[in-house]
Amino acid sequence: MGRDQRDEPKNPVAPAPGGETDFAVFSSLLEDNAEDLYENAPCGYLSTLLDGRIAKVNKTLLNWLGYSRDELVGRRSFSDLLNVGGKLYYETHLAPLLSMQGEVGGVALEMRAADGTRLPVLVTSAVKSDNAGEPILIRTTIFDARDRRAYERELLRAREEADRERARLQDLVVTLQRSLLPPVLPVVPGLDAAAHYYAASPDELGGDFYDLFPLSGTSWGLFLGDVCGKGARAAALTSLIRYTLRTAAVYDGDPATVLRTLNTALHEQYLRDDRSFCTVIFGVLSSDGDGFTVTLVRGGHSVPLLMRADGTADYLPMPLGPLIGAWADVVFTPTTIRLAPGDTLLLFTDGLTEARAPTTEPSGRYGDEALRAFVRDLAPSTAGTAVTAIIALLDSLGDGRQDDAAVLALGVPDNPLPSSA
Amino acid sequence: MGDMRIGGRNNVLLTGRVDKPVMMLANGFGCDQNMWRLVAPALAADFRVVLFDHVGSGRAEPSAWQPERYATLDGYVEDILRICHELELNDVVFVGHSVSAMMGVLAAIAEPERFRQLILIGPSPRYVDDAAYRGGFSESDIDELLESLESNYLGWSAAMAPVIMGNPDRPELGQELANSFCRTDPQAARVFARTTFLSDNRTDLAKVTVPTLILQCSSDVIAPLEVGAYVHAQIPASTLVTLPATGHCPHLSAPAATVAAIRAFAVDDGP
Repeated sequence: MGRDQRDEPKNPVAPAPGGETDFAVFSSLLEDNAEDLYENAPCGYLSTLLDGRIAKVNKTLLNWLGYSRDELVGRRSFSDLLNVGGKLYYETHLAPLLSMQGEVGGVALEMRAADGTRLPVLVTSAVKSDNAGEPILIRTTIFDARDRRAYERELLRAREEADRERARLQDLVVTLQRSLLPPVLPVVPGLDAAAHYYAASPDELGGDFYDLFPLSGTSWGLFLGDVCGKGARAAALTSLIRYTLRTAAVYDGDPATVLRTLNTALHEQYLRDDRSFCTVIFGVLSSDGDGFTVTLVRGGHSVPLLMRADGTADYLPMPLGPLIGAWADVVFTPTTIRLAPGDTLLLFTDGLTEARAPTTEPSGRYGDEALRAFVRDLAPSTAGTAVTAIIALLDSLGDGRQDDAAVLALGVPDNPLPSSA
Repeated sequence: MGDMRIGGRNNVLLTGRVDKPVMMLANGFGCDQNMWRLVAPALAADFRVVLFDHVGSGRAEPSAWQPERYATLDGYVEDILRICHELELNDVVFVGHSVSAMMGVLAAIAEPERFRQLILIGPSPRYVDDAAYRGGFSESDIDELLESLESNYLGWSAAMAPVIMGNPDRPELGQELANSFCRTDPQAARVFARTTFLSDNRTDLAKVTVPTLILQCSSDVIAPLEVGAYVHAQIPASTLVTLPATGHCPHLSAPAATVAAIRAFAVDDGP
C-alpha cells in the first residue's frame, strides 16, 4: 500500500522544523479547495435572486434532487422545488420574515426531487446585501433531514397518542364522577333542593359526594361527604360509601344506626388500608305539614349552615362525631331541626372553605368565617339561589380552588303555591 | 402626528396624522402588523393609519382566542367592525392583504356606510379549485400546508409565549426571540390556516358597493393573475392594478410601488 500524502506529517498541527514542504501540503489541505467545498459540501447550497429565481446551486443539492444545473439556474425558483404546502408556507411565513429580519433559520420543509420523491430538509436562509446595503441575493443552506423528520414524526405521533389517551381518561373521569353523584335530584314535594359539584381536575376523580333519595312516601335520606384522597381508590371508596348508606338507610332509617353501619363497613377496609376513611353528614327528612323535620348526624364533617326565613344565618351547632372508618366502636348523637317555610339548609365540603383566597385569615384560606358572612348576606334565600351564589363564589376564587367542592342545599319555599281562595 | 397604542383585544396601534382620513391596514395569514413596516411610515403622511393584529396572532390578547369563533371569517370581520365602532372610525379606507382582503369585503358588505374604499392586496375569494373555477390549490395542498405548520413553530415557544403575548406594552420582551413577527400559537395558526384556505367568498364579491382597488402581483403563487382578474370582474366598482412584483407580499417586496398605487387610488381619488 503506497503512502498517501496525508500520512506524511506526524503531527499536522506542529510541522517538523524545516519541513517547509510538509507545511505547504498541510496548509493547502487546511484551506481545502473553496470551489470543491462549495460544490461537494455535506449540505445543499442555493443562491436565489430577490425575485426567487435560482442563481447558483451546488452539486450536492443537484445530486439529491436529480436535476442538472441547466434545469434549475435561471429557470426555476426555490419555491418551485417545494411541495405545494411548503410553497404556501414559504410565501406566507419565510418570504415575509426574510424581508423583515434578513434571515430565517431551522425551518422544516419538503423538497421535491425530479423523479417526484420527497426530500425532507431543514433550511436556513440569509439575505446577502451589496456594499450599499441593498439586498441582492438570498443564500440558503439545506440539510438532509430524513432521519430527523422521521424522528419528529414519531414524536408527533406519540403526542397525538398521548392527547387521545388524555381525552379518553378525561371522558372516563367525567363518566365515573357522574356515576357517583345523582344525575338529577329527586323531586321532594314541598322542598327545594339544589346541588353543585366542582371538579378541581379534569384528569382525576374527586373524593366528594352527595345524594338525596326517597325512603318512604314521606321521608327522604340525604348525605354529603368527603373521602380521604383522590383518584381511582377514592372513587371506589365513594362507591362503597354511597351504596352502604343507601342500603343501610332503607334497612333502618335511624341516622345514627346508618352511620354506624357505614363505619363498620369502612373500618374493615381501614384495617387493610389506613386511607379508607371519610367524613360525612347523613340525615333523614320527614315531611311535617308545611315544612320538614330533619334529623342529622355527622362523622367528622364540617357543620352545615342554616339560613332562616327571618334573614338570620349561622352554622348549625351539632356534635362533631368521629371520622368514619378510623375506629371500631363509634357513637353518633343525632341533632333534630325543623325547616319551616323560608328556611334553607346548606351542606358543603371543605373544598370551598379551604380554597386559597385573598383573605385576612392567617391560613390564606377562604375560611369558615368568610363563608358565614357570605351566607348571612344571602339569607333569607332559596336552595337554588344559594347554590347559584356558591357557584359564583367558587368561580371568583379561580385558581385558589385546589380541591373538589360539593354543596347541597335544601329549602322549604316561603310562599307555597297559592291555594284557590 | 402621534402614535397611540390602544392595545386591547386586537393590539391596535394608531399612527400617522390625526387630521387625515382613516386607513386601516389588515395583514393576512402568517405574520402580524409588522408586515406593514415598509409602507406604514409613508402612508402615515397622508392618513390616520390603524394597525392591528388578528386574534390568535401577533400580540393580540391570547385569552380572546376561541377556536369556534375564528373557524370562519365572520369572527375576524366582527373584530374589524368592533375596532371601527370602538374608535369611532368613519370613512375608512380599508387595506386588506391576502385573506384580510376578503374580511374587508365582508365588512364593507355589512356596513357599507363606514367604508370609503377597499384596497385588496393579492385577494382570492377561494383558494381551492372548484369545477371551472381555478383557485390554484387542491384540498390536499392545504393539508400539506397544515403539515408544514405542524413541523414549524416559528418564533413560538410555549414557555415564552405567555410572557411576550401577555405584555404588549413591553415589546422588548419579544425581541430576543427570532422570527417573532410570525409568532402564532400553533393551534390558532392551524385554525386560521383552515379558515383562510378553505373559505369560499365568490358570491360575496358582487355585493360590494364601495369603490375597490385590487392590487395584484405580476408573479404570485398564492393569488395568481387569473384570480385577480376574477375578483376584478366580480366586484362592480373595481380597478385592477398589477404591480411588477414577485411573491405574495408587494408591501414587503415592492414597498414604493405599493405605496404609490395606494396613494394614487386613495389620495388622488378621482371625481
